[in-house]
Amino acid sequence: MAVNNSATTTVQDAPRSALAVPASRDSKGLPHPNYLSDGGKGLWSWLTTVDHKRIGIMYLIVVMAMFFVGGIYALLIRAEHFAPGGQLMNADQYNQAFTMHGAIMTFLFIIPSIPAILGNFVLPLQIGAKDVAFPRLNLASWYVYMFGAAFAVYSLVTNAADTGWTFYTPYSTETGTAVISMTLGAFILGFSSIFTGINFIVTVHKLRAPGMTWFKMPLMVWALYATAIIQVLATPILGITLLLLILERVFGVGIFDPSMGGDPVLYQHFFWFYSHPAVYIMILPGMGIISDLIATFSHRKIFGYKFVAFSSLAIALVSFIVWGHHMFTSGQSEFAVMLFSFITFMVGIPSAIKVFNWTTTLYKGSISFSVPMLYALSFLFKFTIGGLTGIFLGALSVDIHLHDTYFIVAHFHYVMVGGTVMAFVGGLHYWWPKMFGRMYNRTAATIAWAFVFVGFNVTFFTQFILGSQGMPRRYWTFPEEFTRLHGFSSWGAMIMGVGFGLMAITLAWAAFRGRVVGSNPWGALTLEWTHATSPPEPHNFPATPDVAHGPYDYDKVIPRVDEPANAGVGHARPANA
Amino acid sequence: MDTTATFWLPSSASTIANEVDGLFMFLVWMSTFFFVLIVAGTILFITKWRRKKGDVGRLDTGPAHNSWLEATWIVVPTLLVLVIFFWGFRTYMKMAVVPGNAMEVKVTGQKWFWSFTYPEGTATVNELVVPVDTPVKLLMSSQDVIHSFFVPSFRVKKDVLPNRYSVTWFEATQVGEYHLFCAEYCGTKHSEMIGTVRVLSDSDYKAWEEEAMFSGEGMSMAEYGERLYTSKACVTCHSVDGSPGNGPTWQGIWGHNQPMTDGSSVTVDENYVRESILNPKAKIVAGYQPVMPTYQGLLSDKEIDALVAYIKEVGGGGE
Repeated sequence: MAVNNSATTTVQDAPRSALAVPASRDSKGLPHPNYLSDGGKGLWSWLTTVDHKRIGIMYLIVVMAMFFVGGIYALLIRAEHFAPGGQLMNADQYNQAFTMHGAIMTFLFIIPSIPAILGNFVLPLQIGAKDVAFPRLNLASWYVYMFGAAFAVYSLVTNAADTGWTFYTPYSTETGTAVISMTLGAFILGFSSIFTGINFIVTVHKLRAPGMTWFKMPLMVWALYATAIIQVLATPILGITLLLLILERVFGVGIFDPSMGGDPVLYQHFFWFYSHPAVYIMILPGMGIISDLIATFSHRKIFGYKFVAFSSLAIALVSFIVWGHHMFTSGQSEFAVMLFSFITFMVGIPSAIKVFNWTTTLYKGSISFSVPMLYALSFLFKFTIGGLTGIFLGALSVDIHLHDTYFIVAHFHYVMVGGTVMAFVGGLHYWWPKMFGRMYNRTAATIAWAFVFVGFNVTFFTQFILGSQGMPRRYWTFPEEFTRLHGFSSWGAMIMGVGFGLMAITLAWAAFRGRVVGSNPWGALTLEWTHATSPPEPHNFPATPDVAHGPYDYDKVIPRVDEPANAGVGHARPANA
Repeated sequence: MDTTATFWLPSSASTIANEVDGLFMFLVWMSTFFFVLIVAGTILFITKWRRKKGDVGRLDTGPAHNSWLEATWIVVPTLLVLVIFFWGFRTYMKMAVVPGNAMEVKVTGQKWFWSFTYPEGTATVNELVVPVDTPVKLLMSSQDVIHSFFVPSFRVKKDVLPNRYSVTWFEATQVGEYHLFCAEYCGTKHSEMIGTVRVLSDSDYKAWEEEAMFSGEGMSMAEYGERLYTSKACVTCHSVDGSPGNGPTWQGIWGHNQPMTDGSSVTVDENYVRESILNPKAKIVAGYQPVMPTYQGLLSDKEIDALVAYIKEVGGGGE
């Protein structure tokens, strides 16, 4: 185990003993032992597991099921909009459809997607730990998620809420639909999110392997850490707000409803005090993934590592004091409006810093067009549009015109789907071979990517124009002059739907039938690739990893692409092959 | 109506619109510049340095950090957004400060229509009529949930709240008809809470005012009622020819026994019609939703009498 530890001399080749070499391979050619087949057998062993990797996979299954449901609602909404009202649904059904789409995608899909699936799987691996700090709390968070999801699904199948995912009062106090079960669901899901956040903060502080200093952490870990801070600090406010809403509905306590002496705008303040930081719960982990992908597939040290790392923390802190920009038309004082506009512009700067650093990282790289990189590049394309259109909405006079129109819808889909979801599926394609030890079909995955890229831009770029032309959001029907643009946007959504469908089939097939890969098919330098087999063994590493180099030290280490050339049955790869 | 519309923006028909559009178009071009800069840079880099055979054995020789570059892309965007902030705020303050000489219209939002009360005391439903080149102050409130008053062509939007007055203003610069949207989600017919802003020349506005003050002189009550049937928007929900709508048709209704949702039945007479106009949720006809808003305060006694006379006529009571 001679590892060149010297940071000053150039390491001419990856230390070979640091490469993860499986002890043996099982009859399918996968490493033995691995967490999939050797952590206990049967459904019960999964439902009672405390292995962070298995919990990540369990989250993967249920969160993707929710993504599917939310996606069906998205397609129904777009199908309805091929022409003015009444194509598929009546107005009430439409109002329920966009509420369910928003609530499911926000609370059940996008908030847990990256932290709970990919974060759970890779965070301990990336810092050289055996597991998260509180494995049982981690399992509890999954059950709490399932409990919260059950309430949301109950609302969905009985009399789905029709309030919009924002549950604005006094409408949400009055409507006859199942608002309570939906908000109770969101309330419970908040605890799941808090559990994950606490776990990650403690894990990063206490369980880093020897030599894994703060500035040797992959940027994915920095981003998950910044996210966890927001999850722990902001989510309780949503909990209290939704609880107050339920108190008002059930017991008639007048907090938000003016007919009982309450103030409806107070609800908006409470709601956005959580939900704006929550926007960063959604995007920050995506930024972490993109940093890892761009470095790995350029074989480059990330440009301005510290700027990228600290900009995550800056975003996390400033995100708490910009909530008022959701309420520029609600009648806040002019002074408050001015402050919120100013701070909003300031929170944009760290994101701009990241984009410039990512782009510059590509300079003089060795760029691979592997599927995860295609998603990273489309992230840069779409997130740049999402960020730049955010400037329109921060500018007060322009926001007055654009507020509550399709421009907003387009903007946040460019950030949430073009940003977070592209990063998330890029991360899935990146870590899929680590999760299952198998590779997907590259051609099929690339075609799926192309459908999603084209479909997405057709759908949502069109909506910028719809919005600036004055088309309000949450409209079941619309004046005739908007039909052409709505139809165009709907065709884009259908293309995107095909892309996501093909992606799901490609990945699911690969998990069971894909070609067996080695420990490090991308030639990455972070610990989960250099020190763990694919799939990793139940306790991640045979011995505590020795952190010899930084996560992106491509200037010191020649990356080795490790393919299982001799992945035969029971074949032990010689340490110096 | 859409003569001044562009690819991005609808017609601009208020004094503030051009200022908003100026910043909007500046942002479009600035965004285009930065987008092209980033995408062109990306495409250049990934083409020039795409992975070639033998690359994998090569160490990364690119720069890992450059303080001047970092400083540049922190300082330049910060200065730019400061300019945009002041530009947006200046116009916003003009939107917030109502000119002293503005004519005041009271706006009421309720599920799912708008009503307007003018200085002379007349009222309209779903149609705001204003003179051109005159500042108009809107004093707005809601009868139920939150609505939002949005006229795209004027670039004006303000939430309409149930527990307080909110204020906005505009000065129309072009004669014409413009969409008025509700921009805050308010339930079933949110997307049908659409009205019109009709901007008239000074002389046309004076004529309209006189017409609006008209209270049926020289007309029979039923004729006056027929006119109110359209001008007060009864026509949007109630037909007079038996065709279905959100409310019961008035054809053949007079003296008829209407079954109610609670199982009782009511004979349609003067008192029932009057109650249904002023307190529409008191009795709901079987098969319909309690969606009609109250017209309390929007109709005078004479107007109600005229509507009763008209319903009697089309409802078969005049035969």
